[in-house]
Amino acid sequence: MAAVVLALIIGFIIGTLALALGGYDPVKGFSYMFTGVFSSTNRIMQVIVDSVPIAMTGLAVAFAGRTGLFNIGAEGQFILGQITGAVIGFYVPMPPILHPLFIILCAFAVGGLYAGFAAWLKNRFNIHEVISTIMLNWIAYYFMIFIVNMKSVKVPGSQHSPEILDTAKINFFHRDFRTTAEGQALSESSPFLRPFIRTDAGYAIIIMLITALLLWLILKYTRLGYELRAVGYNRYAAEFSAMPVKRNALMSMFISGGVAAVGGAMLVMSTSYYITMLGTTEGYGWDGISVALIASNHPIGCVFAGLLYAALKFGGLEIQSRMRAPTEIINIMIGTLVLCIALAPALPRLAERLERKE
Amino acid sequence: MEFLNTIVLTISITLMYSSPLIFTAIGGVLTQRSGVDNIGLEGMMAFGACGAAIVGFFAADPWLGLLTGAVFGGFLALIHAFIAVTAKGNQIISGIALNLVGLGVATFITRRLFNGAAQSNTVPKGIPKVLELLGVDKSNSRLLQSAEIDLTVILAFVIALVVWFVLYKTKTGLRVRACGEHPGAADTLGVNVTLIRYVCTTLSGVLAGLGGGVTALAIAGRFTPSVISGQGFIALAAVIFGNWRPIGATLACLLFGFAQALTVILAGTPWLPTQILAMLPYVLTLLVLMVFVDRSTPPKAIGQPYFKGQ
Repeated sequence: MAAVVLALIIGFIIGTLALALGGYDPVKGFSYMFTGVFSSTNRIMQVIVDSVPIAMTGLAVAFAGRTGLFNIGAEGQFILGQITGAVIGFYVPMPPILHPLFIILCAFAVGGLYAGFAAWLKNRFNIHEVISTIMLNWIAYYFMIFIVNMKSVKVPGSQHSPEILDTAKINFFHRDFRTTAEGQALSESSPFLRPFIRTDAGYAIIIMLITALLLWLILKYTRLGYELRAVGYNRYAAEFSAMPVKRNALMSMFISGGVAAVGGAMLVMSTSYYITMLGTTEGYGWDGISVALIASNHPIGCVFAGLLYAALKFGGLEIQSRMRAPTEIINIMIGTLVLCIALAPALPRLAERLERKE
Repeated sequence: MEFLNTIVLTISITLMYSSPLIFTAIGGVLTQRSGVDNIGLEGMMAFGACGAAIVGFFAADPWLGLLTGAVFGGFLALIHAFIAVTAKGNQIISGIALNLVGLGVATFITRRLFNGAAQSNTVPKGIPKVLELLGVDKSNSRLLQSAEIDLTVILAFVIALVVWFVLYKTKTGLRVRACGEHPGAADTLGVNVTLIRYVCTTLSGVLAGLGGGVTALAIAGRFTPSVISGQGFIALAAVIFGNWRPIGATLACLLFGFAQALTVILAGTPWLPTQILAMLPYVLTLLVLMVFVDRSTPPKAIGQPYFKGQ
């Protein structure tokens, strides 16, 4: 924890330096960031909404990480989840509550199998999951563009798939409700409901929290969790104690991929409503890696790290719109933060060495 | 004649796409043979591409651009070396972080210099072409036009050969390999493990920066945030596929370059959508790894920090 706080501070210092070197006033920058995030309940709610997909990929990476597997493929699994959400959300009409549940189930299976494939490649062919999942990320990305670009899918004159049916949406309030007279009256009269009405807030937040809790419980209290952690600590010792190491690796990646894909599906069901022809990937999987690292692979920590990450990103947009400073400043800050986390186990040793020299 | 032209064109495009991969993969071989894992090559390529494009644009000199790219990449790798060798931190996390930082800083600088645009302007002068330098008149021959390649292609092969020679035919190379297999033993015999790992890691960044520079100057003509898009990781796969040997890695890069060339040559084929074609290099990487990786043996001490006296 202390290491993370220290890393955060160093991250902010580097961010300050980068702003100053770029010719922007850092004090102004950070105050814009702060007010950008905290000046209204709507903004705070928006950060919470934004944190959901990042926390989900973070949870996915963290869960696999506990097993000693590095799931860089959360990106690709997330994309497959988005595709599942957009396709089933539009093409398979279903009654309201069942529809999202069915999508989540399918997304979990699809993402799980995709990640499981990487685990299988590792078990069977000894291919490192870092390499295989990177390749799978790109394959998923081009697959999404392929799907969107199909004549029967793409909405004519646009660059995206059709909007999902209302039954598949999981917002607390329908987006159209915001502009109705009734919706405006309600958000004026009730400051508590206002952020829920005026943002895309929805059941995704609750599902994310439940997922975090479930993953934590699995790791901590179940036999599977115990075995998974044992493999993470020492693969050979676990193997020697007759634990099914390979099957557990498969299981761990399946759950991890499933969680990432549900994150993708929920993004479609609560915010984007369709999938788009993108010039490059959105990077939710990569964000998840940073989130998991900041949270030291703890599921509950991922929720908070996701919030932090989303707040930084949202605040970064504010810096960009108010000062015209590049948003990449946020990536630099987060990169530095993660770099310091790589250093964290070494910090005590470095301190010791400095002491000895004195 | 048309058929021959297509074949020649396929070869030259293969060489064009392979060259940045070769630079980077050779860097990967060097650092991994010395025992340091570097998955930050992707970020180092991006950072190098940025440096090369900026200097290539403002100085209008491709060589000065490439040199800047090499320095940029080397600088990031030096940070990685510090974390991996001196601080003995987590090399994978450091690599991931440098991928973020490399692309972040590259885009930041580009936005600063090009009025807020995330991509640089096109460089006025690309890498010199081989046939042009030799004074061959190709204005009358489509075949010769198809056969034209950048000088950096030759440079890539030269560097691969040099690294092969150094690694396998010199005392220094033996020491590098010893550091990757058994740093303790190497240390006992008086090899400076720290120095060798520092040099190899930094050189891997220099080479990745060169690779990024080649991508920016010879292929894209400028820097964009998506100019590297996974090439650093493909180069890493080439290192594994090439069994941690310079020549093997080079051949692997040629294969991946060929896959990319196919996507160009086959583009516009009615029965093959572009997106499916675009998956080809990645699918091929996976298939190749499935067939070959079992037979490969990584350096024993890869990714492990060396503690003196343990």
